[in-house]
Amino acid sequence: MTTTEDLVPQVDAEAVPHDTLTVLGRVPADASREETVAHLAEASRLVRRRDIEMVRAAGLGHIGGEFSVIDVLVTLYLHAMNVSPDRLDDPDRDRFILSKGHAAAALYTTLAIAGFLEPSQLGTFMQPHSRLNGHPARTKIAAVEASTGPLGHGLPIAVGTAFAGKLDGSTRRTFVVVGDGELQEGSNWEALMTAGNHRLSHLCVIVDRNRLQQGARVADTNDLEPLADKLAAFGLEVVEVDGHDHGALLDVFANVPAASGKPTAVIAHTMKGHPISFMSDNVAWHHKVPSPDQVTQALAELEHS
Amino acid sequence: MTATTAPTPPAAATPLHDCRDAWVAALVELAEADERIVAVVNDSVGSSKLAPFQDRFPDRLVNVGIAEQDMVGVGAGLANGGKVPFVSAAACFLTARAMEQIKVDAAYSQHHMVLIGQSPGMAYGELGPTHHSIEDLAWLRSIPGLTVIVPTDPTETAQAVRWAAGAGRPVFIRVSRMGVPDLMPEGYEFQPGRAVQLRPGGDLTVVATGTGVARALDAANLLEGRGVDARVLAMPTVKPLDGEALLAAAEETAGIVTVEEALTSGLGGAVAEYLSTRRPTLMRFVGVPDTFAPTGSVEWLMDHFRITAEGIAAAAQEVLQSR
Repeated sequence: MTTTEDLVPQVDAEAVPHDTLTVLGRVPADASREETVAHLAEASRLVRRRDIEMVRAAGLGHIGGEFSVIDVLVTLYLHAMNVSPDRLDDPDRDRFILSKGHAAAALYTTLAIAGFLEPSQLGTFMQPHSRLNGHPARTKIAAVEASTGPLGHGLPIAVGTAFAGKLDGSTRRTFVVVGDGELQEGSNWEALMTAGNHRLSHLCVIVDRNRLQQGARVADTNDLEPLADKLAAFGLEVVEVDGHDHGALLDVFANVPAASGKPTAVIAHTMKGHPISFMSDNVAWHHKVPSPDQVTQALAELEHS
Repeated sequence: MTATTAPTPPAAATPLHDCRDAWVAALVELAEADERIVAVVNDSVGSSKLAPFQDRFPDRLVNVGIAEQDMVGVGAGLANGGKVPFVSAAACFLTARAMEQIKVDAAYSQHHMVLIGQSPGMAYGELGPTHHSIEDLAWLRSIPGLTVIVPTDPTETAQAVRWAAGAGRPVFIRVSRMGVPDLMPEGYEFQPGRAVQLRPGGDLTVVATGTGVARALDAANLLEGRGVDARVLAMPTVKPLDGEALLAAAEETAGIVTVEEALTSGLGGAVAEYLSTRRPTLMRFVGVPDTFAPTGSVEWLMDHFRITAEGIAAAAQEVLQSR
């Protein structure tokens, strides 16, 4: 029988050439707001640097949707969520699920800068037998709560774990990021109905609203609007935010659970490829691999971002 | 007994049981002792016979409505949240509608969750192929990391449910509503991946699962009258198979007939695959061939596809004659 033993990684991370990534860790508890935002901004910059190098090295990846979601991931792992690398077995830890699993490199890099994953592992991204599969797998990385990749899976799983928390009377929160194009999958709306009807107040659904999907603009493919109205009609407390504004994001996440007792939906307005000039809001960068010159230019732009 | 076009229920003289009664009794008993046990359904409380569970543990019954993808995903999330979810729905909808969730959220993720396929095979008879679940064994046995169980009778149903509650990995259990007699011996203990020899025999082996087992025993009686000494193995775990019992049957008898209330690419295909590279064996397959069923009651359909004592006996004689 296949078990998790078959999934044990075999690649030697130290044998793979790799750049280092400074583990910044959580924002210190006594940090001022300005220091907090600066910490998150610097972490996001470093995560983007490492992410683009990983995609370049692997020759694969989904850099556009990674750069759109990195500020959300960094704000969650380095500040908002009540979880730490030494408490991954704690039943009351906050949960995070990346439903848009194709942004795996962004998750791995964020986990590394937050101390959940050895930075040396990042160099193994998509190498044979690496724990860092092209989509995150819970059997391979302890901090990954759910295996995702096929779209429309993460939100139902998040609803289930939030439901378990409600049954236990736990204060733990469940955060899940879905892509906006991903919301074309019907399973999400099944799950949103469940979340709204059961008033899963400790669930926070974050929509990475970059308005682009693989082949075209979401609006030109199968439009979601009026998205906020739809989410509200399903019984969620809807908040819209600039998904690249760390200060705004940490305020939004601090308000989960909402006073209304409803689950929270955060529409995070983002740009695919942000903030790189030649990638931003460009549908071509869904899973394009940058050339060496483009990496150089992107890294230079990140130095000044 | 002779071949006939009229329905021929197996072992008509003995009482027949709906295995759903055993399933829900076992679940309630487990839930009394372990508050992690929850049930997840798609408006399937009635068809899963879960009313006693709902009455006793209303908060622990998660009814997502008619939404199978959500149902299996929510089950995986409940497992992530420390629960032991039993996701119960008509097998046709559970397996076909939520196949990707079974593959990814249950099997690939190795979540400890139990999928209960209710009223599988052709149990929904006249409702037609949309409501039959004859594909489930072939589909699910192809998924790595998933244990696939087809209990023989109420005793084994209850034991499989109890075992699955502590399995620590994803499990699918088929629960039959079509009546089956008590077949498992006194003191029987279910073990995953172990076949049960219900009748010794040296000429030929019938390997049956689920509702096929009683018919296989009836067939062995018919064969005895024709001078054939048939071994009968119940194979409750379609994945992983009991390879040892299959190899012994292949070595000690002239051939194997598989019996299942499913497409023959389920148990039959699995047994053939296993033996073809280890000990090629003469085989015949009793089950549903590569076709959707015509309209008819489940009993009529079992006869139509010759998943009957006479059909199994005829297949056995074909094996013996083709040596």
